[in-house]
Amino acid sequence: MTSGRRRKGDWRYGLAAQRGPLVAAAIFAAMFGVYGAAQPNGLSVDVINTAANKGALLALVGMAQTLPVLTGGLDLSVGMIFMLANCLASTIVTGSAAASAFGIVGVLGAGLLCGLVNGLVVVYGRLQPLIATLATSAIYFGIALALRPQPGGDINGDFADLMTRSTYGVPSSVLLIVATIVVVWIPFRNATLGRAVYAVGSSEQAAYMSGVPIARAKIAAYTLAGFLAALGGLLLTCITFSGEARAALGGDYTLNSIAALVIGGTSLFGGAGGVVGSVFGAFVMRTVGDLLIVFNINPVLQPLFVGLVLLFAISLGSLRLLRVRNKLDLYR
Amino acid sequence: MTEDTPGPLLRVEGVSKHYGGVRALEDVQFACRAGTIHALLGENGAGKSTFIKILSGVVQPDRGRIFLDGAPVSFATPAAAAQAGISCIFQELSLLPDLTVADNIGIAHPTRRFGLIDRAAQRRRAEAMLARIGGDDIHPAAPVGELPLSRQQMVEIAKALARQPKVLILDEATSALTAADVSKVLALLKRLRADGMAIIYISHRMQEIAELADECTVFRNGRYIETFAAGTKPDDAIVEMMIGREYSSAFPPLGGTRREGKPALAVRGLSWAGELKNVSLEVHPGEVVGLGGLDGQGQRQFLLALFGALIGVEGGIEIDGKPVKITSPRHAKSPELGLALIPEDRKNEGLMLPMTVRENLSFAALESVSRFGRIDRKAESERIDALVRQLAIKSDGLDGPVAALSGGNQQKVVIGKWLMTRPRIVLLNDPTRGIDVGTKQEIYQLLRRLAEQGTAVLFYSTDYDELIGCCDRVAVFYDGTITRMLEGAELTEHNLVGAALNLAPGMERPASQAAR
Repeated sequence: MTSGRRRKGDWRYGLAAQRGPLVAAAIFAAMFGVYGAAQPNGLSVDVINTAANKGALLALVGMAQTLPVLTGGLDLSVGMIFMLANCLASTIVTGSAAASAFGIVGVLGAGLLCGLVNGLVVVYGRLQPLIATLATSAIYFGIALALRPQPGGDINGDFADLMTRSTYGVPSSVLLIVATIVVVWIPFRNATLGRAVYAVGSSEQAAYMSGVPIARAKIAAYTLAGFLAALGGLLLTCITFSGEARAALGGDYTLNSIAALVIGGTSLFGGAGGVVGSVFGAFVMRTVGDLLIVFNINPVLQPLFVGLVLLFAISLGSLRLLRVRNKLDLYR
Repeated sequence: MTEDTPGPLLRVEGVSKHYGGVRALEDVQFACRAGTIHALLGENGAGKSTFIKILSGVVQPDRGRIFLDGAPVSFATPAAAAQAGISCIFQELSLLPDLTVADNIGIAHPTRRFGLIDRAAQRRRAEAMLARIGGDDIHPAAPVGELPLSRQQMVEIAKALARQPKVLILDEATSALTAADVSKVLALLKRLRADGMAIIYISHRMQEIAELADECTVFRNGRYIETFAAGTKPDDAIVEMMIGREYSSAFPPLGGTRREGKPALAVRGLSWAGELKNVSLEVHPGEVVGLGGLDGQGQRQFLLALFGALIGVEGGIEIDGKPVKITSPRHAKSPELGLALIPEDRKNEGLMLPMTVRENLSFAALESVSRFGRIDRKAESERIDALVRQLAIKSDGLDGPVAALSGGNQQKVVIGKWLMTRPRIVLLNDPTRGIDVGTKQEIYQLLRRLAEQGTAVLFYSTDYDELIGCCDRVAVFYDGTITRMLEGAELTEHNLVGAALNLAPGMERPASQAAR
């Protein structure tokens, strides 16, 4: 921490602020360690790359979900924006390098636009985020289905290879996540608007009284969420080499994105947390499935184990309730 | 603005504000010069809060004009008021609990470099602000929500000053502070005054006002009464000015104090979380005991403690002479204990707004009209109809949502719901706040009737008239404990205000303090 004057407590508060991501990272490290040890071939480059690609998809959607949740809202459309981006990418990220580059810009732009629409509906439509984004999610899925009624399409092979390969043992998908955090998240978090996102989620009333730009903060959060979800859809296309509008998959990603951010220490009431925790949360969720495979447990049981991990992780966050002294505070 | 003495920095003319049919402010004027501290005085409900909300852009006046530096201004949002140089320290804090101290202090005007928040600079500024107000012990990286209330209040002050206002408004800003902090803040305010800031100071602590203020303005019932130089009037006269009205409400005759036998409720040395300190009180059947004092001196917590809503309550509670340990509201309302609490916040704690009048009325007493877990609809209806008649609840239909009723009738539903449990001890938490005069009268009659039937009533009110008119005795709270018990001829508005401000009986301050 850079500061004018170091003092006692810096360390403790710094640690407390990062508690969520640290706990999620520790759970992930433990699980992945067990997975590596139980793996017959150890943690080969291929094993890591496959795990990273799978985890990165949910990590990106989880990062997307984190932003609206930080404002005290929720975005049920991130999974469908992810689907829409997949279908769009399988249509326009093809052909020459230049055409593909335009296509990539188009896919990410579409994600931004979807997010912007969500933000405008929530702020100016004054609708509850839950129901507003449920409605827009149906619209986005409808567009995805119109774009690609049957599974198919293609993607620029060089680009797909670049996104899914591993360089000196480091998977590109991990680099993508790190780059997103460094280039998008950290500047946003440290900008006035990012601060406002936290302020709105912490106490909208106090934020208003403090003259914080509430409307802009919310719109920015939903817009950025659309962008990150579209980035996930782009990566999905690179992995599958095709586009497919699957309602079940989109819904799955939406719900798992909420689980990922909760494991990562973001409060569903808003105001506290961040996307880094969500990334680890996503990898925790995905590693559960890998663990079941190496231990030869019926994959049918995967949802059950994911549920147990989720319950365990969120009970760590509820320990503070033991300190409540006015029972009415339990219901606030 | 043409005289040789500098004109007022802030001037308010003819400002009025109504909420629905309720008058909060009527044709109020006010003026405050740079480099002075101006105290704003008035009882609970005099309109002070509405007035500063208007100045700080939280609400807009219906009529009237505001001038800053001689130029007319109007503020649509708190941000606009802060931009113009008016900063307010509110009674209900405007802090963001999840953000750090430094983030909170910098929230309105973050220090920026290359478009991003410069955290190091922000932290340095927060530390400087805290040092300036004497809050060096507060760690700038601590999340505000984890600080004790007195530290949060210091952060709130630092946050307001970080905007470098021309006009600083403090609304009961010292009420949550420790004595050591208060003296630091008072010293700071004197320095700010010397630097030319205009300060509007609202406090119920007469000692602080005597020490600080250059000028005083009194509001009463939403109207401007008088402005005078500080020190030109004795406390006595100021209190008269704040009260200043004839009793406007008619109260049923008191029952006469009969205090024999065992008390229905006896509380011995009740303490909780530093907000209740060794409270002892007895209430006999047939007695209406008032809880008085300034808002927020522990009265609410006292009622919540009796109703089992607080965890970690120390001390003893006896009901009908038997020691009891009240574990939850559900336990409190059981026939063995027979307690009922009419909560203050009827929309959140009293009613299920979308549900019907009928359902709301029977909620608390469902067990008593059920057999083997099945609700006896006929018995329920009979009880409900009886209550609706008894309380004269006016509605378009008992099967409509309770949200459609007027505030007064909603409050009757809350009271009716608890009467249905046939309580022996009724606790009321400011039940007449924000309801019309007619319903108030009915509630007063009802309290008296309950007492005549042998119920013990504990009645917290922020309205001094009510306490005098309705109660056999009034226990005055100050700083979490009962400091005075007023009864009979002592029970006057004069004494209530004096006791609430914790002035010694006779309203004289010790000479040493008055001389400062």
